[in-house]
Amino acid sequence: MIRSLILQIATRLLVPILLLFSIFMLLRGHNLPGGGFVGGLVAASAFVLYSLAVGVDGARRVLRLAPRTLLGTGLACSVGAGILSLATGASFLQSLWVKVPLPGLSDPLKLGSTLIFDIGVMFVVVGTVLLMVFSVEDRVPGLIDD
Amino acid sequence: MELILAVVSGTLFAASFYLLLRRNLLRFVIGIIILGNAVNLLIFTMGRLTREVPPVIPYGQKVIEGAYANPLPQALILTAIVISFGLLAFTLVLVYRNYTVSRTIDADRLTASEPEQDVDLHTQKKRLPA
Amino acid sequence: MLLAVLSVFAAAAVAPLVVRLSRKAAGWILATVPLGAFVFFIRQAGHVTHDGPLRESTPWFPAYDLPLTFYLDGLSLLFALLVTGIGTLIVVYAGGYLKHSDELGRFYVQLLSFMGAMLGLVLADNAIVFFIFFELTSLTSYLLIGFYHNEEDSRQAARKALVVTGAGGLALMAGLILLYQVTGTWEFSEMLAMGDTVVQSPLYVGIFILVCAGAFTKSAQFPFHFWLPAAMAGPTPVSAYLHSATMVKAGVFILARMHPVLGGTELWTTTLVAFGGFTMLMTAWLALRYTDLKQILAYTTTMVLGLLTMLLGVGTEEAIAAMVTFTLVHALYKGALFMLAGNIDHETGTRDLKELGGLRSAMPITMIGGLAAALSMSGIPPFFGFIGKEITYEAALHAGGWSTLILGASVLANAALVASGLLVGLKPFIGEIKGAFTREPHEAPLSMYLGPCVLGGLGLAIGLYPAFVDHSLLQSAQAGILQEPHELHLALWHGVNPALIASLITFAIGFAIYYGWERLQKSAVMGGFGRALGDAPGDGFERLLYELGRSSHTITRAFQTGQFRRYLLLIFTGTIVMVGGALLFEANLSWPSELGEVRYYEAALAGLVVLSALAAVRANDRFVAILALSIGGYSVALLYLLFGAPDLAMTQFSVETLTLILLVIVLIHLPNIDGYEPITSRVRDAVVAVGVGAIVTTVAFAALSFPLDRSVSEFMMQNSYTEAQGSNIVNVILVDFRGLDTMGEIIVLTMAALGVFVLMRMRRIRLPEILGTRLHSDDEPIRVDGDGETVPAGAEAGGAADQNGAEVHPDEPAGAEEAAPDDQSTS
Repeated sequence: MIRSLILQIATRLLVPILLLFSIFMLLRGHNLPGGGFVGGLVAASAFVLYSLAVGVDGARRVLRLAPRTLLGTGLACSVGAGILSLATGASFLQSLWVKVPLPGLSDPLKLGSTLIFDIGVMFVVVGTVLLMVFSVEDRVPGLIDD
Repeated sequence: MELILAVVSGTLFAASFYLLLRRNLLRFVIGIIILGNAVNLLIFTMGRLTREVPPVIPYGQKVIEGAYANPLPQALILTAIVISFGLLAFTLVLVYRNYTVSRTIDADRLTASEPEQDVDLHTQKKRLPA
Repeated sequence: MLLAVLSVFAAAAVAPLVVRLSRKAAGWILATVPLGAFVFFIRQAGHVTHDGPLRESTPWFPAYDLPLTFYLDGLSLLFALLVTGIGTLIVVYAGGYLKHSDELGRFYVQLLSFMGAMLGLVLADNAIVFFIFFELTSLTSYLLIGFYHNEEDSRQAARKALVVTGAGGLALMAGLILLYQVTGTWEFSEMLAMGDTVVQSPLYVGIFILVCAGAFTKSAQFPFHFWLPAAMAGPTPVSAYLHSATMVKAGVFILARMHPVLGGTELWTTTLVAFGGFTMLMTAWLALRYTDLKQILAYTTTMVLGLLTMLLGVGTEEAIAAMVTFTLVHALYKGALFMLAGNIDHETGTRDLKELGGLRSAMPITMIGGLAAALSMSGIPPFFGFIGKEITYEAALHAGGWSTLILGASVLANAALVASGLLVGLKPFIGEIKGAFTREPHEAPLSMYLGPCVLGGLGLAIGLYPAFVDHSLLQSAQAGILQEPHELHLALWHGVNPALIASLITFAIGFAIYYGWERLQKSAVMGGFGRALGDAPGDGFERLLYELGRSSHTITRAFQTGQFRRYLLLIFTGTIVMVGGALLFEANLSWPSELGEVRYYEAALAGLVVLSALAAVRANDRFVAILALSIGGYSVALLYLLFGAPDLAMTQFSVETLTLILLVIVLIHLPNIDGYEPITSRVRDAVVAVGVGAIVTTVAFAALSFPLDRSVSEFMMQNSYTEAQGSNIVNVILVDFRGLDTMGEIIVLTMAALGVFVLMRMRRIRLPEILGTRLHSDDEPIRVDGDGETVPAGAEAGGAADQNGAEVHPDEPAGAEEAAPDDQSTS
């Protein structure tokens, strides 16, 4: 942990914003620049920043889920999106869409199985980065000492 | 501009390969990082450059009218960037772990998997077959 | 017929299950399958002997015009009956013999697969199908010979058999292909009538040599006879089945099958008679060198194979009659005698004649069955072996120009066979019990004396009543080889004739050898003869293999020095030479004529990328290098942004940041980049690196000079919104168009993450011995504790991974390190 008050305070402000931003990135990704990869990287950066400021164990507590669980969940989401398509008679990973009309908006909300897939990608990216960074931070003594 | 980026990519390749050939494993890691950028830039350039028009269909339209940046290399590179990070992390940790065991980051000493001395192939004993 | 072959393979597939269900009854249950096939072939026998061959065709690979065709004539019927009949007894026998083995299931899988392959081999009509089964027998016998795979000798014997028979198989394949080119058909049944065409073809000599190479290796003819005795390293049921009754007969079988096609020429006769006769005579006497029952039997097997080859070479009506008769005779007694040897070994713990004796009261039933077989082997009337020997002598007497020589060799070889038969079948039972056996000798169980008794009994029954087989089975087998029907009549008593006299001489010499055996063994002549002809070819083969291995090792070492920098250098240089050469000589390069529009900030960014890379190369401080890298990375991200790739720019920014953090965390614990390298190697590497860079640039230029085909991108743009409901085409490609690729990529990411995790988690790394000598590692291996807390060694199980050949032992007490250093393989 880097003992810097400024960093710690800034982190507390930045992390929620970054997480929110990552979800924003994920959701808008299908139509505008963004997506699961970018969203995942941003979210991972938030936790990495937190771990630098507060320590790995602190970051783990905030994350609640183990990075490995994220990896598994992500893979399951992605495969699940594919299987969902299979279950409806389409081919593996073929996209399915549901249009939900929203009151007050001209365009209906389009929900697709690709979103589940993209969420899976995001989880895997977050899990990958955090598993790597956390296990390195755990083991490498010196710079970061909890 | 494509030509310039092709030269840039070539230079990055040269720099990366030079570093990959160094004895010091840290230089090797740096070479890996540069190699990722070199390859991505090459793919990007090969897909031709289009200024400032991302491959995003404008709101309210079904297709893009006019020129747009080539989305195919972008999709390739996007995953490649993330994968490069994975590769880098793995290489880095490998070098680090190797260092904790062998206390060296000298590439020429990493010969354990292919030892220099000859393996004795002729180990059979002459016995009556059982 | 297809069903018969398939059922045996199916039995192989379910064998482990059967063994698991009932270890005791497994042999009996599984034996029903070959027994069923045996009964099936018996039922076909009448049809084949009266109405002629059966042919059956099933489509298999229609695209390659390759049907599964089977052909059942007298010859294949004889062999199919042997394969299934003796196979039944062997399966039962193995159940008793390997009762206590943990790997009985595995054994049955291999044995039954072999049986299926052998059955397919003798039935196959299509040459390709034949070849596939031929190779399958080589493979399965390799597994069976090496069944005791933790014994060096077994592995070596198995390898020897595989290399010899496998190489022969390749020769045979070439021969069959040439044969196809001459005849225009793959079917044996159609080739049989085309003998004249083949013999007159200019390819005849080539075909003949190649087929002979396949047959001689498989049937262990000189100079390839060494693999068969070595193959005795396999379990005894294997020896009894493969190396007496079936596999080794495959070579003789293909020669017999080819007799109408290739036979009858001077070349055929001379070669087969010379090689067969020499093998027969030599190995008959080599058998007498040994005191190991299985070795004696193995050499007498090659002796019989030589005899059969010789008879095929002679090729007269009588000779072929003798050949088919002796095939049956031999299969009956040799199967029984191997099982006898197995019983003795199993129940006493030894099969060395020096230690054996006086077993008659302990193993009476085995003795009766074995003795019957041994007397048949020795050719003593009224056993079937006597008839076999008589008809052989008859054939030798009428063999034409060489008859005296052939007869003389046969008498001498048979005399040794008489002695060997008595040594194996009589000697262990008579006299006094010699030494203390490791086990108290007692009678073998029913499953193990059934085989010898049935086969030995058949030897006696057929001897007394040869009409049981001569007009039906043997006559049609003879007709199958000669392609024309002949009367075949066997009888015990032919009156006083030259053959009988030859038999009497044989007995005289044989008994003399039996009584003088121990003195003969010690004689210098026997020793020299044995070394020169018995050991030398096998040793030469081993030497050849060793030299091959060594020279390939040397060549490999010249390129693979163990230093990966050398590999990279080779690869880079190879790229320069090959791609550069192709660019120089092949490609019609047209250089892009104009630079296109360049904006100053773009050029500046490009320059920054180049400069940062060069700075990273030049940096002698790791943090300077990291800084340079980051500048380069962010510049690339900006370039992406400028050229319409905001997705890439965002990704690159994030990754660049994370990379920076990771590098700083790890690099701070590694030594600085200071290693000095001589200027020569730096210059050399720089030249190579710049060369590859130049090639990349040239290729890029060349590619840029061609117009880009954007049809794929265009398709994705057209369909992105309409089909995939997304406006961001890059994202649509990732999650929809090429979703499966992305899935692969996230799996790769997961694996990389788990790799990092495991590498960082593992707690102790034990280096191979070899590393210890060349590294500055402390005596105590370095430990990295798990979860940031110190845990006593051995209390926590960590992950295990392989790192540069280093082995990881997560939870082993520190003291065990020195105790067990050699349970690892490093090469």
